[in-house]
Amino acid sequence: MSNSFLEIIDVTKRFGDILALDRVNLKIEKSEIFSLLGSSGCGKSTLLRIIAGFEKPDQGKILLEGNDITNLPPYIRPLNIMFQNYALFPHLNVTNNIKFGLKEENFSKQEINNRVNEILNLLELNGLEERKVNEISGGQQQRVALARCLVKKPKLLLLDEPLAALDKQLRIQTQFELVNLQNKLGITFIIVTHDQEEAISLSDRMTIMQNGEILQVGNPVEIYEKPKNTYIANFIGTANIFNILNKDNQIIIEELNYEIKNINNKNFNKCLIRPEKIDIKKIENQSDNSNVGIVKEIAYLGSYTKYLIEVNGIQFYSFMQNSLVSDNLQIKWDDKVEFKFNDSSIFLFND
Amino acid sequence: MIKLNSNLMIHQYFCLMIRYLKKQNFWFVFTPYFWLVLFFFIPLALIFKISISVSEWGMPPYRDLFSLSEDGFKIDSTLSNYLFIFSDPFYIRSYLNSLSLAFTSTILCLVIGYPIAFYVAKSQANIRIILLVLLIIPFWTSFLLRVYAWKVLLQGSGIINSILIHLGFITEPISMLHNHYAVILGVVYTYLPFMILPLYGYLVKFDLNLIDAANDLGAKPVNTFLKVILPLSLPGIIAGSMLVFIPVVGEFVIPEMLGGSDKLYFGKIIWDEFFVNRDWPVASALAMSGIVILVFPIVIFQLMYAKYNFKNE
Repeated sequence: MSNSFLEIIDVTKRFGDILALDRVNLKIEKSEIFSLLGSSGCGKSTLLRIIAGFEKPDQGKILLEGNDITNLPPYIRPLNIMFQNYALFPHLNVTNNIKFGLKEENFSKQEINNRVNEILNLLELNGLEERKVNEISGGQQQRVALARCLVKKPKLLLLDEPLAALDKQLRIQTQFELVNLQNKLGITFIIVTHDQEEAISLSDRMTIMQNGEILQVGNPVEIYEKPKNTYIANFIGTANIFNILNKDNQIIIEELNYEIKNINNKNFNKCLIRPEKIDIKKIENQSDNSNVGIVKEIAYLGSYTKYLIEVNGIQFYSFMQNSLVSDNLQIKWDDKVEFKFNDSSIFLFND
Repeated sequence: MIKLNSNLMIHQYFCLMIRYLKKQNFWFVFTPYFWLVLFFFIPLALIFKISISVSEWGMPPYRDLFSLSEDGFKIDSTLSNYLFIFSDPFYIRSYLNSLSLAFTSTILCLVIGYPIAFYVAKSQANIRIILLVLLIIPFWTSFLLRVYAWKVLLQGSGIINSILIHLGFITEPISMLHNHYAVILGVVYTYLPFMILPLYGYLVKFDLNLIDAANDLGAKPVNTFLKVILPLSLPGIIAGSMLVFIPVVGEFVIPEMLGGSDKLYFGKIIWDEFFVNRDWPVASALAMSGIVILVFPIVIFQLMYAKYNFKNE
């Protein structure tokens, strides 16, 4: 038997008329960071609450290390959840918040103190022990919430939008800290997020959900480079999506009137070209090259610049690194540019 | 020299006071205080005055505290009213009866009211409004009428006895009225909303994630209640308990209507002393001692409450 660490089998959940989860199947491996990504209302939070045990699925099973935990109440499940608003107990100080879960498990005083000190050190919370949880900063609250879970040494940690309440600077720093912590402890993380950048940078593997269904499971590179459909392509990063025409055994990108050569499988109707894979170059006079467009918008973002290019009435994006060697900063609005991409950077799919 | 100094100080004090009052919006700040002085402190002072007066036949039924006659200015004051009520166990027992009634009904209101408040607070918003209106609707009927309705329900030929006889559970009507259980029933019924509303006020702000968090951290429902929900709703419990306990100690209408002769209550005794015995000084002394004895627990409660709220700001 090659059981996965956590198996979600045919889980379905309805709230009244709304189908929150529709026969969801997922396998999550030990010690990986797995993200559930989707816009609000896609069912990701419901799935997390079902794994935590706050909701019961209408159908389906949850197996943890091969054991059916579907009907176990949350206080027996060997996993913990970190809430989006942290849900720290406002009447307890930092230490007592962290101790809360240990006291429920009948550990000796000595054991509790050892574990609490260990986790205080690990998460750099020393000096805050006696503080009330509403007297500390958002980042510190986040670490207390994390400590409160990790001190229980759970097999699985669920994180509901773990970084959403932090400001941007702190969020990036905390992302790295989370990944380091996970590597150090080896605990499986399941992260719910609506932030695609967060999902891509944190996860070993991730899934995109929509309307209670799993659309695609894979590692961030697969999902970014090889999305299964237009929705996923647009959800992760910026996507230029074109129609494919199959004319007289020629594969043509319809909008650009561009022929793709060297293809074996010809049964695709859409293609994706990520903006960073399209190079543009300013041209002075009309050349015979057909790949010419007009710059409609420019957004300078420091390390790179976004260009909106218009060709034959359709628009697409090109992202150019603002490096020393490139002269893309010369490009102005309404300039004519020649655009260029490799056939290998075109991803073909059916939708 | 000293006199001059003190005059100067008083003058300075008044100057400061006037400057302060000019800066503040005087009427806005002091209206509630005027209200308190007019309708609380002045009546209280009058009652205190009567309580240390000597009773006599006449109108009013007590001797003036200060009198000016040929013999000169005379203060006609006595502590005998206080000595009298503390020497007669009858009064002390009635006071203890009232305290025990207040205590029992506060506990009952809490036990009944807490789940109701919790349920209302956790209902969906549209249902919550209906439930709150249902809680408040009884106030549209006079409190006297509602207590009277209980009298009608409980009496020998009342609807409860009729139904029980009709169903064959009993052959003779049970006497449910005119005992202290009927009083407790009436008090709990009347004061329940005063417990539920402050509790609701705290529970409605309660973050449901905290319950999930406690569960997730391994706390069974009982522990979740004891360690998270209860401590966080403590201010509501204190507020509700005070709103029930304090008025019930002085309650005299419900014992009068539903109670019997098995237990006498403090409020009823004061009423009788005032209007039946026409012994205003003793009645006033009873009222004053009742207030003094109650003030201490209330002050302690208030301090606890303020401290708790301050800590959770």
